[in-house]
Amino acid sequence: MTKTASRPPLEAAAARPAPARTPSPASGAGRRRRLGDQARAYAFLLGGLLCFALFSWYPAIRAVVIAFQKYTPGSSPEWVGTENFTRVLHDPEFGAAWRNTLTFTGLALLIGFAVPFLLALVLNELRHAKAFFRVAVYLPVMIPPVVSALLWKWFYDPGTGLANETLRFLHLPTSNWSNGADTALVSLVLVATWANMGGTVLIYLAALQSIPGELYEAAELDGANLLQRVRHVTIPQTRFVILMLMLLQIIATMQVFTEPFVITGGGPENATVTVLYLIYKYAFLYNDFGGACALSVMLLVLLGLFSALYLRLTRTDGEEA
Amino acid sequence: MSGTRTLVSPATLARPRGKALYWAVFTAVVLLFALAFLFPVYWMVTGAMKSPDEVARTPPTLVPEHWRLGGYTDAWDLMQLPQHLWNTLVQAAGAWAFQLVFCTAAAYALSRLRPAFGKVILGGILATLMVPTQALVVPKYLTVADLPLVHTSLLNDPLGIWLPAVANAFNLYLLKRFFDQLPKDVLEAAEIDGAGKLRILWSVVLPMSRPVLGVVSIFALVAVWQDFLWPLMVFSDTDKQPISVALVQLSQNIQLTVLIAAMVIASIPMVALFLVFQRHIIAGISAGSTKG
Repeated sequence: MTKTASRPPLEAAAARPAPARTPSPASGAGRRRRLGDQARAYAFLLGGLLCFALFSWYPAIRAVVIAFQKYTPGSSPEWVGTENFTRVLHDPEFGAAWRNTLTFTGLALLIGFAVPFLLALVLNELRHAKAFFRVAVYLPVMIPPVVSALLWKWFYDPGTGLANETLRFLHLPTSNWSNGADTALVSLVLVATWANMGGTVLIYLAALQSIPGELYEAAELDGANLLQRVRHVTIPQTRFVILMLMLLQIIATMQVFTEPFVITGGGPENATVTVLYLIYKYAFLYNDFGGACALSVMLLVLLGLFSALYLRLTRTDGEEA
Repeated sequence: MSGTRTLVSPATLARPRGKALYWAVFTAVVLLFALAFLFPVYWMVTGAMKSPDEVARTPPTLVPEHWRLGGYTDAWDLMQLPQHLWNTLVQAAGAWAFQLVFCTAAAYALSRLRPAFGKVILGGILATLMVPTQALVVPKYLTVADLPLVHTSLLNDPLGIWLPAVANAFNLYLLKRFFDQLPKDVLEAAEIDGAGKLRILWSVVLPMSRPVLGVVSIFALVAVWQDFLWPLMVFSDTDKQPISVALVQLSQNIQLTVLIAAMVIASIPMVALFLVFQRHIIAGISAGSTKG
């Protein structure tokens, strides 16, 4: 409300005993101004809004729609009910893909949680060369994932790869690594852990540094030894961060694609086909977009549950929406 | 630095046994880190300098017999690296610019201009955080291949990277939260002085937002440079592929030393970016843990 626009009603109100605070008829100038404000606000919003609508909201709806259609680009889609789902469910690769993805996620969680946490715990005690440790551990994260994958593919070469050369040097039996049906998945987990551990270690380190020193002092006065201090002070104090990172890691590793695609091509004998890889195959090898979307919807529902849990846990500051 | 108390008490560390143990652990960790994280990188950089014959030798040589750069120059020429590096740069820079313009404007509108249905829109944007990006690549691909209403295809076009990059809820939310915390009186003072909204955004809000703009910029650049699955789908045309896609496509039929050299070259930009901005990047990641 501008002063000029509201003057006459204000004077009228002053004459009356009860002050009417709400201006009676919204003046034309005020409304026009508000409309102008809205137009300006939406002008700022427009570009971002369009991109979200086109590339986030619309594809999410479309995944669900196409999952129930026979869809080939260029021709008009047909409704086929749940046919895509039954076809995908009967694909022998379906079981393998989910089993591999869940095993991969489980192993990545096991290795990818324990190793970074222990490293962070030790690093937090060291008082020298702090910058070196942080840069070294984060260096693999900055190497493009494709390069890491190709690098480890070379290391895993059964003949002249670094992995077997090291084993030979130590007089240990060699392994088939990513080329063996039973070792391939673990080999990929190692690559993913090596490449992504840096971020986790840094976040754990920051969490460890926020633990008040008095807690350790008090625990020590109570006679707690090193392991007891880890169990009763360190872990409870960092529980929230640990839980967060675990959920994030589950969400990230369930979408694993680059490592199996580059290193093993899903083989040997489907030992490393993942769900996302299968989605890719359905779309780009079989040209079966209905099947790809049916699989996407399944992955979406499962990951959506984890994401919702994550967002619920992080939204502690109680903000809007 | 040393004032803060950690798991092991300073008193224990001060004792001779504690000191010896500390240095033993310190040396072990330095060696472990050097072996685990630096040695693979060293192996890659020197592998590219070995001759094709030497790189396949058992047992391998720790140091190349001759420090030849032929692998690097071959990779540069044979694999058309300048072309693919340029493609990657164009894609990353465009995604960065589009994100900065559109995400900043949208975040500013949501934070300061109180648009009607602002909360609904913000909710819709935050909801996309729950939908993992990779799970939606196929319908996203179909959308990009045939945009609704206008019926144009963005395949084999950098716009296919640039526009979807704007739909980044994480960066938008980061910006919005930062704008929310800017001092109200400064913005109101600018308004009383008669500055328009664009003027306020440009000369008041943005200069105050340098830290968050830096973080968003780094995230935006790194994300495009490291991405693989999306550009693999968008660019079937070999001449337009970014380096990550090209490396995988060409890795099948190229000499090992040349491939390794190309891998090193592909890593240099991001590793250099990291080494230059390491303090900001590491501080940003560490801050992420406490602030979500």
